[in-house]
Amino acid sequence: MTIMRSFLGAAAALALTAGAALAEPAIIFDLGGKFDKSFNESAFTGAKRWADKTGGSFKEIEMQSEAQREQALRRLAESGSNPIVMTGFAFGNVLNEVAPDYPDTSFAIIDMVVDQPNVRSVVFSEHEGSYLVGMLAGETSKSGTVGFIGGMDIPLIRKFACGYAQGVLAVNPDAKIISNMTGTTPAAWNDPVKGSELAKAQISQGADVIYAAAGGTGVGVLQTAADEGILSIGVDSNQNHLHPGKVLTSMVKRVDNAVEKAFDDGPGFETGIVVMGVSNEGVGFAMDENNSPIVDMNAKEAADMAAEKIASGELVVHDYMADNTCPALEF
Amino acid sequence: MDVMPKWADVLLVPVISLILAMVISALVILGIGEDPWAALKLMVQGSFGSTYGWGYTLFYATNFIFTGLAFAVASHAAMFNIGAEGQATLGGLGVALVCLALPWPHWTLALPAAMAGGALFGAAWAFLPAWLAAKRGSHIVITTIMFNFIGAAVLNYMLVNAMRPEGSMDPASAKFPDGTNLPTLHEMLAVVGIPFAKSAPANVALLIALLACFLVWLLLWRTRFGFELRAYGKSESGAIYAGISPTKIIIVAMLISGGLSGLMAVNNVMGEAERLVLNSVEGAGFIGIAVALMGRNHPLGILISAILFGFLYQGGAELALWTTIPRELIVVIQGLVILFTGALDNMVRMPIERLFLWRRRSRQTAGE
Repeated sequence: MTIMRSFLGAAAALALTAGAALAEPAIIFDLGGKFDKSFNESAFTGAKRWADKTGGSFKEIEMQSEAQREQALRRLAESGSNPIVMTGFAFGNVLNEVAPDYPDTSFAIIDMVVDQPNVRSVVFSEHEGSYLVGMLAGETSKSGTVGFIGGMDIPLIRKFACGYAQGVLAVNPDAKIISNMTGTTPAAWNDPVKGSELAKAQISQGADVIYAAAGGTGVGVLQTAADEGILSIGVDSNQNHLHPGKVLTSMVKRVDNAVEKAFDDGPGFETGIVVMGVSNEGVGFAMDENNSPIVDMNAKEAADMAAEKIASGELVVHDYMADNTCPALEF
Repeated sequence: MDVMPKWADVLLVPVISLILAMVISALVILGIGEDPWAALKLMVQGSFGSTYGWGYTLFYATNFIFTGLAFAVASHAAMFNIGAEGQATLGGLGVALVCLALPWPHWTLALPAAMAGGALFGAAWAFLPAWLAAKRGSHIVITTIMFNFIGAAVLNYMLVNAMRPEGSMDPASAKFPDGTNLPTLHEMLAVVGIPFAKSAPANVALLIALLACFLVWLLLWRTRFGFELRAYGKSESGAIYAGISPTKIIIVAMLISGGLSGLMAVNNVMGEAERLVLNSVEGAGFIGIAVALMGRNHPLGILISAILFGFLYQGGAELALWTTIPRELIVVIQGLVILFTGALDNMVRMPIERLFLWRRRSRQTAGE
């Protein structure tokens, strides 16, 4: 203990002389796994980009169960990691309690607002990005029926669905939108088998474009869509490459940028709420060599136009979480 | 009748099993290119090297004491209660409902009520399997394991639909009022002037667990009912011949077992999380089986092996954090310990028994 303490003391002294740069940043991935090809993986990409760029290293923990969150967070804070970034709304309650105990540590949380002086809350305007991919889906669909498969049934995911539905209806007012959620617990983020079943059910109802906003579950949706010969839309990370020519586009949510920025800013970064939307390239739809052959250029132009309008404030997409209602979709 | 002296039975066999498990774990760690000695040092340092580590080790140990005792009580009545997981889950629900029901003024009032709530819900969850076993001959292993799944689904339903506070996305109950916050070891030891890590979760429930150890010992070895229970466990037909009612033994033993599992929630739900979350038991119900097997179903043995498993849990968490040893491998190590101390017990026991027999025989021959 005493050796440990003097070691920590020495480390602290070093950190003081060399500036705060010595403190190692850390990232916690919520349930679903680091390599979910989606939300968590996007965060990991950002952290890794920071490490490659600066040559630094970072600590990481993957959550295995709901009850571990507090221990993981405290352990990292206790060990002097700074800043600490965590992905997922579920950390909200825990962070709200832990943050005041470590006033000198900077925390960042993605997808949730935590009102503490040392916390940066990064939230995304998912409804805006979903609106844009909804427009593409509506233009591309031949059957006039499109699907949405969400992960856990929470307001955040309904926000995706609602933005998507508005986008579809904007280009095709007669379109039919089928919406399903995978489950009501965090297990719904990592259930590709169920995602696949839901996709099959939606295909049998006539859907020919399916948007999956379900973390690791979406992998199953995309796979089934590709197998059954219909199009899918990925989420969070750019998932176009998973099935080239079969994934229409991806609603990219730049969690990677948010994580990289937090690591770049380092300890003592500016706190408060950061909203990342279409206007500051926090969300958008992905275009690359994998999907450019299948995206109709007119549809893309229309979506680009809409993006500009959203950025300028001319077009307002209804946010489900603002009033827990959706004008375009029934849940 | 006993071929081995008592000390060999309760100490030597588990220790040898443990050493075997550690050797194989070391080989596994070597196999993935890590240093087993450094890993062991990290685990010991992380769980016993600081009061923070102790706090977590004892916190986990408290959980395991409750579930270990729960398993042991049922086991003495020849009931293999594999449902401590579900019973502790429901116990958590009971504790949460009690804690959220009233604006408790002080923990000393909230604690007995929460204990009653947890034990009642846990016991209630064990009642139906017990009744089915006693009256219908349903196998207790099957029914209790199925009740684990039902219990998880009940908790799921309650958290998603009934107990989730307005506007929250996380399926978890509201935070319990301040009056239910149990004193942690930090606060308790501060009274006598011993410094202890503030953020460690070990709390007053540890003392309740120790008390439970004593009471279970008292019940099993110093009461008439305990004698009947053990007699029934040793031989059903013998017990019936002696006028012992199997129905009563099965049901009461399972109710006590479920109640002890439910009491675990005082530690993890009320003492640590201070709200009810999904999956709050974290497998402690199953670890309890290993703890009881290793502790030879004796409260003292359970206490010791619970601390060992607390060490494995906390040390494992530290390993996952500070090394590149993947988390899955830590589960492998824990599994090896369970395998050797529980399932493969006879593998170590038989040779040692033979050794003692041989020694006795050679001594007898020498004496002649």
